[in-house]
Amino acid sequence: MAEVEETLKRIQSQKGVQAIIIVNAEGIPVKTTLDNSSTVQYAGLIHQLVMKARSTVRDIDPQNDLTFLRVRSKKNEIMIAPDKDYFLIVIQNPTE
Amino acid sequence: MEIVYVYTKKRSEFGRQCNFSDKPAELHVDILPDPSLTDNFIDRDPCDVAIQCTQEMSEHEVNTERFDCEPCGINHVEGGWPKDVNSQEMEQTIRYRKKVEKDENYVNTLMQLGSHMEHCIRQNNTIDIYQEYFEEEEIVEEMEGQPSAKTVNVFRDPNEVKRTATSLSWHPDGSCKLAVAYSSMEFQKVTKDMSYDSYIWDLENTNKPEMTLKPVSPLVCLEYNPKDSHILIGGSYNGQIAYWDTRKGSQPVEMSAVEHSHRDPVYKVIWLQSKTGTDSFSASTDGQVLWWDIRKMSEPTERLVLDPSKKGNLDNALGAFSLEFETTMPTKFMVGTEQGVVVSCNRKAKTPAEKIVCTYSGHYGPIYALQRNPFFPKNFLTVADWTARIWSEDIRDSSIMWTKYHMAYLSDGCWSPARPSVFFTVKMDGTLDIWDFLFKQNDPTLSLKVCDEALYSLRVQDNGRFLGCGSQLGTATLLEISSGLCTLQKNEKALATAMFERETKREKILEACHREMRLKERSRSEQSKEDEAKDGEAEESAEELVACAEREFYEVVEAEMKKRGKDDKKEKEKYERKLGKTVSNENIFMFTDYLNTSSQEF
Repeated sequence: MAEVEETLKRIQSQKGVQAIIIVNAEGIPVKTTLDNSSTVQYAGLIHQLVMKARSTVRDIDPQNDLTFLRVRSKKNEIMIAPDKDYFLIVIQNPTE
Repeated sequence: MEIVYVYTKKRSEFGRQCNFSDKPAELHVDILPDPSLTDNFIDRDPCDVAIQCTQEMSEHEVNTERFDCEPCGINHVEGGWPKDVNSQEMEQTIRYRKKVEKDENYVNTLMQLGSHMEHCIRQNNTIDIYQEYFEEEEIVEEMEGQPSAKTVNVFRDPNEVKRTATSLSWHPDGSCKLAVAYSSMEFQKVTKDMSYDSYIWDLENTNKPEMTLKPVSPLVCLEYNPKDSHILIGGSYNGQIAYWDTRKGSQPVEMSAVEHSHRDPVYKVIWLQSKTGTDSFSASTDGQVLWWDIRKMSEPTERLVLDPSKKGNLDNALGAFSLEFETTMPTKFMVGTEQGVVVSCNRKAKTPAEKIVCTYSGHYGPIYALQRNPFFPKNFLTVADWTARIWSEDIRDSSIMWTKYHMAYLSDGCWSPARPSVFFTVKMDGTLDIWDFLFKQNDPTLSLKVCDEALYSLRVQDNGRFLGCGSQLGTATLLEISSGLCTLQKNEKALATAMFERETKREKILEACHREMRLKERSRSEQSKEDEAKDGEAEESAEELVACAEREFYEVVEAEMKKRGKDDKKEKEKYERKLGKTVSNENIFMFTDYLNTSSQEF
């Protein structure tokens, strides 16, 4: 438990990190540093995106699997680390 | 012939079990071919039989019943929570979350993911992997190929009896609606079942007009109020003006009194720029221009009779066909008349005589369209008879630029609001011409056949990209033109200014020349008059003038023909020398004709 906290704190302290969300396989946000409504929105939308990305990768090569997903937008970057049961989502505003 | 086989069984044997036994074949009936029957038939040779070795299939068409859909919103609630957890309850959710966090799998997964994530975050912070290296270079936009226009939508008159779409007006904000006025312009061709309605169409829905306007008499022209997009004013066939409020329904809110309205169809009505936004003026072929305030339609606020002799005499008046009003010049307005004269008037003049400032003549038929160039208000476009002409306000005697004489009447035209050198015209043979005089002066840049029947009206949307044309059978076509024709090019304004100035100067010089010549003639004729005063032949009679003109004409024609004959002979000799043999006359004529036409294009 404490290691998890430490890891998250370390991530949060990195430059430009705006929010961290941990979502489980059903789409329920388990831990978040953002307000509830945004969290729910992110959880729902990103869940679908990850499923799509994963199925795309596996369709092309069934031996392959998705390890990381980065969505770069004008304002920030959403990084998603997927796993079988949980996702770790970090929103960062990268320094130019 | 009946083929019968008789089978007998004894009654006592009924119901007995059937015993089958083998029997040799027995011939019961033998029908021999009858050769006499072949006389009823004719031999077919060859026999053409189509065979196909495919699966037999049948085609069915099905049309489902119209499915009515209605858009409505859906309320989403948070999901994914297991059944026993109520997502609204804070306690339950917190408890659930805490439970998940204690799960060992969770801890392991997160450690792994966390390290991976940290790597990427650090990567982002170190170097911007999405850096744009060539941002400073400007992307040069080239004009995409050919100018083109395509039909986006077609709105057909829903009535059985089709009427002409005489006028179109775009909705002032956003241009998502188009108001079209329908009436029959042919004299006395109005049938009893012809509907008087005009429609407002929504651009997305071509099946049914969004709103119907029901006037007392068919509308000839219709305009949206640029200040208030719910108000429309229309001029009708019987000379009355009516205004509608789209919030209040299809009937006109108020109509002008018949006694004080026009006596002929109202061909154009325009909204004026005023504080109240309720002023407008209308023109009709009865020779009057009337000003109205829509709050009080019982009588016009002002009237002007288009009498060129400035006496206000209705009998002398010129019938007005089109009006022009530019909001940047609120004191001036122009009227295009049936007689082919453009009258420029001053609104602020005190007496009616002073109202008419000057006239521009040069057209042979009624002026169907009149519009100032939105970028250069001193120059205006007139569309009449077989040409479209561009005029400068300073030159009264003739236009500074004009198109060639077309094969069909031009019925409407307007400038493009996006480019100063582009204007559009529509013709009676159903073609739309887009002219760009900085690109090509002799021919339209793009000529498009919109429909088979005559086109009567044209209106460009404010962004210059869409335009609507109305045809004789009431079809309003919405076209989109390519971006090259509606985006301002570099230097276009400067080039257009230069062109207008140059043409104006040319006309001025020509005018000055003519004046000089006339002065010379006059002084010469005065001298000769003194000499010949006794003879009494000082004035040439009309017949003599005509005979003189005829003689001159035939002389010119003969000279031309002689010249052509000489040219042909010269060409023939040249050609023969080239080929080394004699050539027939016909070939020569074709060859020289080609040469002649190419040199006579201007």
